[in-house]
Amino acid sequence: MSELKVPTMAEMMASGQQPDVLFWVGCAGSFDDRAKKITRAFVKILNKVGVNFAVLGTEESCTGDPAKRAGNEFLFQMQAMGNIQVLNAYEVKSIVTTCPHCFNTLKNEYPELGGNYEVKHHSQYLQELIDDGKLTVEGGEFKGKKITFHDPCYLGRANDVYEAPRTLVQKLDAELVEMKRCKSKGLCCGAGGAQMFKEAEKGNKEINVERTEEALEIKPDVIATGCPFCMTMMTDGVKLAEKEKDVQVFDLAELIASANDL
Amino acid sequence: MISIVIFCVALVLASLLFAKNVRAIMANIKLGKDLDRSDRKGERLSLMARVALGQSKMVVRPVSGLLHIIVYVGFIIINIEVLEIVIDGITGKHRVFAFMGGFYHFLISAFEGLALLVLVSCLIFLIRRNVLRIKRFFGNEMTSWPKTDANLILITEVLLMSAFLLMNAADTQLQALGSEHYTQVGSFPISRHLVGLFGSAGETGLIMAERGLWWFHIIGIFAFLNYLPYSKHFHILLAFPNVFYSKLAPKGQLTNMAAVKKEVELMFDPNADPYAAPPEPVGEPERFGAKDVTDLTWKQLMDGYTCTECGRCTDVCPANITGKSLSPRKIMMDTRDRLDEVGKGIRTAKKKGVEKFDDGKSLLRDYISEEELLACTSCNACTDACPVNNDPLSVIVDLRRYLIMEESKAPAEWTGVFTNIENNGAPWQFAQADRLNWKNEA
Repeated sequence: MSELKVPTMAEMMASGQQPDVLFWVGCAGSFDDRAKKITRAFVKILNKVGVNFAVLGTEESCTGDPAKRAGNEFLFQMQAMGNIQVLNAYEVKSIVTTCPHCFNTLKNEYPELGGNYEVKHHSQYLQELIDDGKLTVEGGEFKGKKITFHDPCYLGRANDVYEAPRTLVQKLDAELVEMKRCKSKGLCCGAGGAQMFKEAEKGNKEINVERTEEALEIKPDVIATGCPFCMTMMTDGVKLAEKEKDVQVFDLAELIASANDL
Repeated sequence: MISIVIFCVALVLASLLFAKNVRAIMANIKLGKDLDRSDRKGERLSLMARVALGQSKMVVRPVSGLLHIIVYVGFIIINIEVLEIVIDGITGKHRVFAFMGGFYHFLISAFEGLALLVLVSCLIFLIRRNVLRIKRFFGNEMTSWPKTDANLILITEVLLMSAFLLMNAADTQLQALGSEHYTQVGSFPISRHLVGLFGSAGETGLIMAERGLWWFHIIGIFAFLNYLPYSKHFHILLAFPNVFYSKLAPKGQLTNMAAVKKEVELMFDPNADPYAAPPEPVGEPERFGAKDVTDLTWKQLMDGYTCTECGRCTDVCPANITGKSLSPRKIMMDTRDRLDEVGKGIRTAKKKGVEKFDDGKSLLRDYISEEELLACTSCNACTDACPVNNDPLSVIVDLRRYLIMEESKAPAEWTGVFTNIENNGAPWQFAQADRLNWKNEA
């Protein structure tokens, strides 16, 4: 496997360079074993296209999203202001991230605290690379496969991004099938609002089971997501249903990377 | 003459009582905290035109959406007829608009058509609620009063529409008899089929029936008007301002608390004097987050009074679907019910000359439990579904803020997450120095 080229902002600055875009990796993308694969897949694409990007590396810190949704506004703003200081010191103008939670927070909640950046979710970024002719996607192994896209709440309802992920799936020459609840009606995977980090409250079903059942109903070959937390939830759901042999859960970046044999 | 006096008294009393109750609701809403929603007026107007006037979010569910539009359009247009009834009542005349001739006949005919459609729609609504027992009309918060309220509204509309049609039928018969006071305007498409119901009643009987129905209809309308402030039906008025003052920011964007920002900025300010004495506190110390309704903004309070209890929010809430106790509709109804209680309490206290109202209760815990708050995934399905653009999520977040920041009451797992974020910049216990390790892992 070829070595990934992942320059950090610090290295770039030391050599007097400025990247075109900062890749905000996020906590899940940095530490969660499954999500790290998404991070690597996305970097493979960036490397292939030759995008002039950088990461913050060890200077990156949690955006504060889970703290804010849990109600800890103080911790959120501490994180935000710390991150904004770093980002502004590096004169970051443009950010791409593979996490819809980071995407939402950076894009919507940082400006008022002094952090103004053009923020894109990687689905939007990949679509632009394709539209600009910088990235070509051949269907490859997903040609003709049935793929359904699970809308992450913080990408879809929260920020009205519904089409970019679907365009990517269609670029794979795959058959895009929709779940009954999709787009603005999409059902949450159960991880948002800091639920990812605690046991669910008393109920009669786990939310990710409800959502996975809905996905399995339409018998897809692949459940595609665009969020590391949805990834965890849907993967667990598929395992619980003992369907991991029939149905795979992939992030959009992984689909595009595999289709290009990266 | 006596009837004119009775009518005028009823009209004035109904109007005064209504104005008084509306003022009380306004005063309650004003108990909320300031919030500036005076920006982007053009956008707000067009949103109001689409969502409130155009009912764009109602038709997402086509059956109930369409029926609702019929009732709503019918209700508004038939009110033109009420204008005539009021003028008739004040002047003691009968059908003052009849001078419009053919056009008048067309109008009343159209009203009759609408009245029938409204009547049928309301009957279908009653069947959906009570016979088909559609799930979203049930649930923990849909107890005695909300359930009765919904049925009362529908039954009242059925009665009012029936009275209107029967009144016209009696009128038609009286015209046929050439009864003095009854202007010749011809028969109307729906009521003409109801004439038979009056059988062989003579002129006196018919006049009694017509007048009885006329009074029933108009007094019914006065009564219904004054029922609104006590009912979820108040949404027919508040839906408009409520949508106008909607949150226009992306749904995912939560407010950044200004009070917190001040403190955090101070901590980040290298020139701040760490030994400086804190400024003398003025008035009551500001509360972080919301414990009671008075900690919420006026818009959140208006949401409560605008809530139609339709349950579309709860029906799409992932927590509720999977059996958790959270119901966004209940959050809205609790906000409203508690506000009613606080508003009444404040007014009573004022009358007694007591300066501060405190009944030892609060929205948090006495109405909304921690368990409900902790079940929310902040997915915005509720705010997306709400046909009047309510924002239950914002109330949930504000209550959570109080729990976490004022009471330090977080589930143990969350406390761990906070500590991790503070110490190593991630919700999990990984060293920040390892943040780039993925680069070299295959």
